[in-house]
Amino acid sequence: MSEAEELQKLADKEYEFGFVTDVEADSIPPGLDEDTIREIVKRKGEPDWLLEFRLKAFRHWQTMEDPAWAKVKKNTVNYQDLIYYSAPKPKKQLDSLDEVDPELLETFEKLGISLEEQKRLSNVAVDAVFDSVSVATTFSDKLAELGIIFGSFSDAVKEHPDLIKKYLGSVVPYTDNFYSALNAAVFSDGSFCYIPKGVACPMELSTYFRINAAGTGQFERTLIVADEKSTVSYLEGCTAPMRDENQLHAAVVELVALEDATIKYSTVQNWYPGDADGVGGIYNFVTKRGLCKGDRSKISWTQVETGSAITWKYPSCILQGDDSIGEFYSVALTNNHQQADTGTKMVHLGKRTRSTIISKGISAGQGQNTYRGLVDVKKNAEDARNFSQCDSMLLGDRCGAHTFPYVEVRNPSAKVEHEATTSKIGEDQIFYCNQRGISTEDAISMIVNGFCKEVFSELPMEFAVEAQKLLAVSLEGSVG
Amino acid sequence: MSENEKEGSMILEVNDLHASVEDTPILRGLNLNVKPGEVHAIMGPNGSGKSTFANVIAGHEDYAVDSGSVLYNGIDLLDLSPEERACEGIFLAFQYPVSIPGISNAYFLRSALNAVRRYREESEVDAVDFLQLVRSKMALVGMDEKLLQRSVNDGFSGGEKKRNEILQMAVLDPKLAILDETDSGLDIDALRIVAEGVNALRGGDRSFIVVTHYQRLLDYIVPDHVHVLSQGQIVRSGDKTLAHELEREGYSWLDSGDKPKKSEADQKVQEAS
Repeated sequence: MSEAEELQKLADKEYEFGFVTDVEADSIPPGLDEDTIREIVKRKGEPDWLLEFRLKAFRHWQTMEDPAWAKVKKNTVNYQDLIYYSAPKPKKQLDSLDEVDPELLETFEKLGISLEEQKRLSNVAVDAVFDSVSVATTFSDKLAELGIIFGSFSDAVKEHPDLIKKYLGSVVPYTDNFYSALNAAVFSDGSFCYIPKGVACPMELSTYFRINAAGTGQFERTLIVADEKSTVSYLEGCTAPMRDENQLHAAVVELVALEDATIKYSTVQNWYPGDADGVGGIYNFVTKRGLCKGDRSKISWTQVETGSAITWKYPSCILQGDDSIGEFYSVALTNNHQQADTGTKMVHLGKRTRSTIISKGISAGQGQNTYRGLVDVKKNAEDARNFSQCDSMLLGDRCGAHTFPYVEVRNPSAKVEHEATTSKIGEDQIFYCNQRGISTEDAISMIVNGFCKEVFSELPMEFAVEAQKLLAVSLEGSVG
Repeated sequence: MSENEKEGSMILEVNDLHASVEDTPILRGLNLNVKPGEVHAIMGPNGSGKSTFANVIAGHEDYAVDSGSVLYNGIDLLDLSPEERACEGIFLAFQYPVSIPGISNAYFLRSALNAVRRYREESEVDAVDFLQLVRSKMALVGMDEKLLQRSVNDGFSGGEKKRNEILQMAVLDPKLAILDETDSGLDIDALRIVAEGVNALRGGDRSFIVVTHYQRLLDYIVPDHVHVLSQGQIVRSGDKTLAHELEREGYSWLDSGDKPKKSEADQKVQEAS
């Protein structure tokens, strides 16, 4: 079979996670005004200070305009048509996993996420978010013995209001951008995680996001605080049903690392990308930022972005503490009509701060892939160091790769290095593999995996395997 | 001559092969028969079609076959995809081995071996058995084991790349190996090591086609037959002494249009047949 036929065959393969779960939902009617927000607050039983936070954000959002980007084409989102709160109707108050709606358990089971403790083999604690709410968190009790707080944002608001008040919006203020303002106004749930002083979290923490209901937007919020000398590794995964509308996912993730703390945040993003003609798919407009607040703190972002119709996100690090370290490892793959505009911002404030950026963009079909990044060395950041490497790979001749590396340096002692390459997947490489007996499909997968190796090696072991598989599936039908 | 002379025992039969690259005819009626166990050298000046021939046999899609036939062990080779040809036992040692960054040599070679074994309906080789196998073969080409963990041909020296080709050959155990200008870019020590590796793989029914511009490789890999390719056709065939003659006289006689004088080698062939 020729390369082109092989790719065509693969292109016809469908998105694996496109099913819909039939659960009764408790929703607020579409539309957005202050009453919608009051209704969310009422349903969730939130305190007044949070209502105030939301209303301020909402009022600010109303003054803002929906942004447009040079390299991204999108349909207009009508914010009054969206449902801002949709929760699977609980049959009763939940005390344990046994009481979670079996439909929901089955949904996550189908997604490869087992929420049933006895079935779980891996050493991973999971918070499962279904539409607007967290439906289950595993291993909470075990983690609590170490003083680790891990669970839904809603619970944290009730149980740890001081921590939430202190850190909510401290890294990504609601004024930051259009979507962060919208999120602050209407966010419904998400994960909260706190690692106390000196504790190395013994297992991977993970949040799994699932959009199910039609016509809803998902606006979750994740906040992770690593206290002094603590470490944590966190992973998020996401999928959504196949629908021919564009659903909006506008999340905010805030990370805070205090002195000598390390946070490793990994994302495997597989939202529904739309069909081969570019109809439907998730608009993934996410603001992710980490603050290296303490000296010698470290935040490392690793992302594998294969889904969504449009991905727009720049997981960033504010390197405030002296000797703090920021890292960004990214694989973004766009196939068919997918668009990705992603990258990072590394803001060097402290002395001897270091940042590393490794970005691998893969474009196939008619996909458009843009790396957009900023390395910003402020005046007091003596001896700051940055290394950036942005590599693009093109499969076929109808896709595009674009690289926009911005560098601003206000301290003369800074050392900033940037390398960029663009390559077409080599027919010579494929023929070489063929001549050794390896099929074209396996050859492409192998070559692309090799291209992404530096990023995959940053992922926790089992997720690296997942990511490789996902990449192979997403690549199917990629050259034409 | 030998028992290989028998009818139907050819491993490769090329009949009146015409092939072109981007509509430019390169091969214009090439004929060649190779029997199991034989080593054939194809020599000729630049542009005569040597590499085109190697690539056509391996099935590179940039080389279009316009007419003629190629039988491999009696089956129509031109009907098979490149990977099927590889799995059927055809191996091309590349003139310019391709690098695959991020994929270790060991992983690549095991994937290739298992692809071939699956095709032959043999069980796949696990990592432990593979390592044993590959270690024994590495000794053949004097290769450092560290190269197993490096990315395929990535940052390899010229000599390391060519040795790696021979290592792959040794592991994949082909029936017909084509060496495309394996001597290019090698110093004399590297050349000797590569040639020793090839010689160790000679024997039994394995056949070789050694494509080269220079005679010096043939001092180490001594061929049974030497063919001179010019303008897409084999214009002379002889035994190993033909290579020496070409070394002395070069290829300029090809351009003169003169019928080359009958050599000692031609006579020997005639006597033999």
